[in-house]
Amino acid sequence: MSVVTNTTTIGAIDAPSRRNTELMLLGIAVAIAVFAYVNVGLAIDGKLPAGVFGYTAGITLLAAVAHLVVRKFAKYADPLLLPLAVVLNGIGLVMIWRLDQSKRLIKRAEAAWGSFSPDAPKQMLYSAIGIALFVGVLVLLKDHRILQRYTYISMAVALVLLVLPMFFPARNGARIWISLGPINIQPGEFAKIIIAVFFSGYLMVKRDALALASRRFLGLYLPRGRDLGPILVVWAMSILILVFETDLGTSLLFFGMFVIMLYVATERTSWIVFGLLMSGVGAVGVASISPHVGARVDAWLDPFDCATAACDQVSNSIMSFGAGGTLGTGLGQGNSDLIGFATNSDFILATVGEEFGLAGMMAFLMLYGLIVERGIRTALAARDPFGKLLAVGLSGAFAIQVFVVAGGVMGLIPLTGMTMPFVAAGGSSVIANWALIAILIRISDTARRPAPAPAPSSDAEMTQVVRP
Amino acid sequence: MNKPLRRIAIFCGLLVLALLVRANWLQYVEAEKLNTHDKNRRVLIERYADERGNIIVDGKPITGSVKTDSADFAYKRTYVNGPMWAPVTGYASQVFGANQLEKLEDGILTGNSDQLFFDRTMAMFTDDEKKGGNVVTTLNGAAQKAAFEGLGSKKGAVAAIDPKTGKILALASTPSYDPGAFAGSATADETAWAKLSSKDNKEKPMLNRALREVYPPGSVFKVVTAAAALEHGKVDDINAKTDTEEPYILPTTRTPMKNMVRGCENATLKYALQISCNSVFAKLGDEVGRDKMLETVKKFGFNNDELDTPVRAAMSRYNESMDRPGNSLSSIGQFDTATTPLQMAMVAAAIANDGKLMKPYMVDQLVAPNLDVISKTKPQEMSRPLSSENAQLVRDMMENVVENGGGRKAALGDGVKVGGKTGTAQHGEKNSKRPYAWFISYAMTDDGSPVAVAVVVEDSGASREDISGGGLAAPIAKDVMKAVLDSKR
Repeated sequence: MSVVTNTTTIGAIDAPSRRNTELMLLGIAVAIAVFAYVNVGLAIDGKLPAGVFGYTAGITLLAAVAHLVVRKFAKYADPLLLPLAVVLNGIGLVMIWRLDQSKRLIKRAEAAWGSFSPDAPKQMLYSAIGIALFVGVLVLLKDHRILQRYTYISMAVALVLLVLPMFFPARNGARIWISLGPINIQPGEFAKIIIAVFFSGYLMVKRDALALASRRFLGLYLPRGRDLGPILVVWAMSILILVFETDLGTSLLFFGMFVIMLYVATERTSWIVFGLLMSGVGAVGVASISPHVGARVDAWLDPFDCATAACDQVSNSIMSFGAGGTLGTGLGQGNSDLIGFATNSDFILATVGEEFGLAGMMAFLMLYGLIVERGIRTALAARDPFGKLLAVGLSGAFAIQVFVVAGGVMGLIPLTGMTMPFVAAGGSSVIANWALIAILIRISDTARRPAPAPAPSSDAEMTQVVRP
Repeated sequence: MNKPLRRIAIFCGLLVLALLVRANWLQYVEAEKLNTHDKNRRVLIERYADERGNIIVDGKPITGSVKTDSADFAYKRTYVNGPMWAPVTGYASQVFGANQLEKLEDGILTGNSDQLFFDRTMAMFTDDEKKGGNVVTTLNGAAQKAAFEGLGSKKGAVAAIDPKTGKILALASTPSYDPGAFAGSATADETAWAKLSSKDNKEKPMLNRALREVYPPGSVFKVVTAAAALEHGKVDDINAKTDTEEPYILPTTRTPMKNMVRGCENATLKYALQISCNSVFAKLGDEVGRDKMLETVKKFGFNNDELDTPVRAAMSRYNESMDRPGNSLSSIGQFDTATTPLQMAMVAAAIANDGKLMKPYMVDQLVAPNLDVISKTKPQEMSRPLSSENAQLVRDMMENVVENGGGRKAALGDGVKVGGKTGTAQHGEKNSKRPYAWFISYAMTDDGSPVAVAVVVEDSGASREDISGGGLAAPIAKDVMKAVLDSKR
């Protein structure tokens, strides 16, 4: 680490690449996932699950490919990010497979659609596509700064992605899907990354104007109108998403991400005050108008005393956590499938809570926390403002998403209907999050890469570098 | 840009910390509350996850469990002769909850009780399937059958007690219901439940009439008044003429007390009970007075709202604040007096047991799945409503009722002495409704009394003139007593 503070007078010392650490952690991650899979099989059927070799081979292969690509194309990357993603994805697969075995959910699906199709094989396929995208990003994106060139294209793409679902029919109360034949895509998950690229590019250019060209008013720095414009646009956009797509989670995510990045770019606390004020006004306004959001707020305030579907889900989810207790019921032995709808997607954390117990939940939350903090560590280490902003934007978005989903299913905040990254069933989510991890790994590789050896300089010995 | 970055790192850390705190709150602090929440379906799932223990009568189970293919409930409750035993077992339904013994002893029956902790732990090591314990009742199958079949299609109830111990021997109520009809969670179960529990169902099949319904006792209450008069020294000689005018005018009023029979003027106490004179007992009640009457009826178990068998019986009542004419009318079982069949069986039992009232109970033992006895109920004396000598005097009078009075149909012969009292309780405004036919009795052998019974027939097809305790209720009491005596031999 010490060599990262780069001065040309000191020669580069080769930093450890930490690739072997990553390999060892990956081995542990794969082992945990495989053990969990075997455990579920033994608990439900009393014998090894039929797919144990396929699953082991599949997840080992995916981890190995990802590791080799990192070793080749991002030699100095943070060694924790990949194993953390693998263990979450692996356990997520096990939980989805475990819920596929639930008689209750099978009966429910047969009653609703006439047939039941397991989600685990699909999730395995999506994970493979996700890893493929991960490989693609690392191979094609040699330097994250290339993304700067696409600042405004990113904005256009993100806007299109966010607006598109309005033209598709609502599913389960929210317009967050694009349906192309058999494929359903949740564009919000991808927009999260693309909009982070746009914010980074835009703020890197405008940060001085935003930070300095402002008037002081009541102890706050009020920005100039023309600099405030984009912020109002984002605010309006997140409200629009909320109103037309009734997607509280996504709008909160974008707005939160933008506030974080603005704050980091300008180093002005006033932006946070504005951000909180505006999101507060927006949220209260929409909650009192939209019945969908209003119902969720009611469900949050008193999940046991209302009759809506959201209430039923939240109260059952909370009881799942209670049933887990300190040590959990054991894998495959809980009743989290009582939640019924969205058990293996939005509410999958309830299954974790019930079957792993409090101990498992804390470990699980720490895994997410570690991903976030490694992302921010990457931002700290990055040498270019664009990389810093992009890393903190992505990590912040990840953190907010985890908080919003987990807080929702635990009844800490109103339910919003986003997916738990890597764990929840859902193609868009798992693919997009693998891309997110790939970009973080790329930035961390650049940040930790030892500086190239300085060109020999005849002045070097005479120059004293005085650092503040 | 690093300073705000560090702050963001702290902010994200706080988000995770908030989630950790919430997880601890839900899974540690609130866990117990959530796990016992009414809406928590896991409670029900757990209740039927394993084979439920049984309720036992005469060494044989009257309940059972069958495996089902429901996603939620592995087992379903079944009942042997459900309608006959429903007043004892109650029901245990996957959807509609449980009541009576099924509910009160749920911990033992499911095997989740702390008392079974050791068994559960052992089962874990020996890899046995978890099973519930059994509840052994005090009931007598033959007596129950006699009671239930005696009531037949009539509406009514029977309670029978072993006077020496307080063991409940029979507890029947008609019309009854089959708790097995809605034990499951299918549509048929729902329909059955809706039909049975509907407020429009005038038959009220789910009402446990033996324990949970109070009736005006009518003339059978005269036994209590006689006991009170003897206890408080208002009468010494049951064969001495009483000073009762005809017609007797209720105290402080001008209302004459009607007698249904002739010959009550100055009748002896013994004869007054034999032919059931209202005037004699109304006057006697007035002479004893409300407070002393209360003293005695409370000793018999009236005005006690916590009589647990362990299923709680409804409170039998004798008004504590009525005026003199009210007390007079109450002394012949009218006005405000109301009682459960169980309470009247307790009265007969105390008299048969030399004045000693034993606390009625119907759970004899709780047994672990491996047949170890976890707890056994010990007979418990509740009170002494009358002295041994006075009990003997009341028995003389009651036996006279069976020998020479309206209780002839309860006589058993075979050297078994039977004492009884009939009652025809009028009720409704101006006595417009069909009267209730009552009969209480006990059987007495050389080694004491093995059974005391109370029978009430609420409604029957018989025409109004034919309704009488002696005609309708006494034969049922006789069959029940006979069943108990036969099973003792």
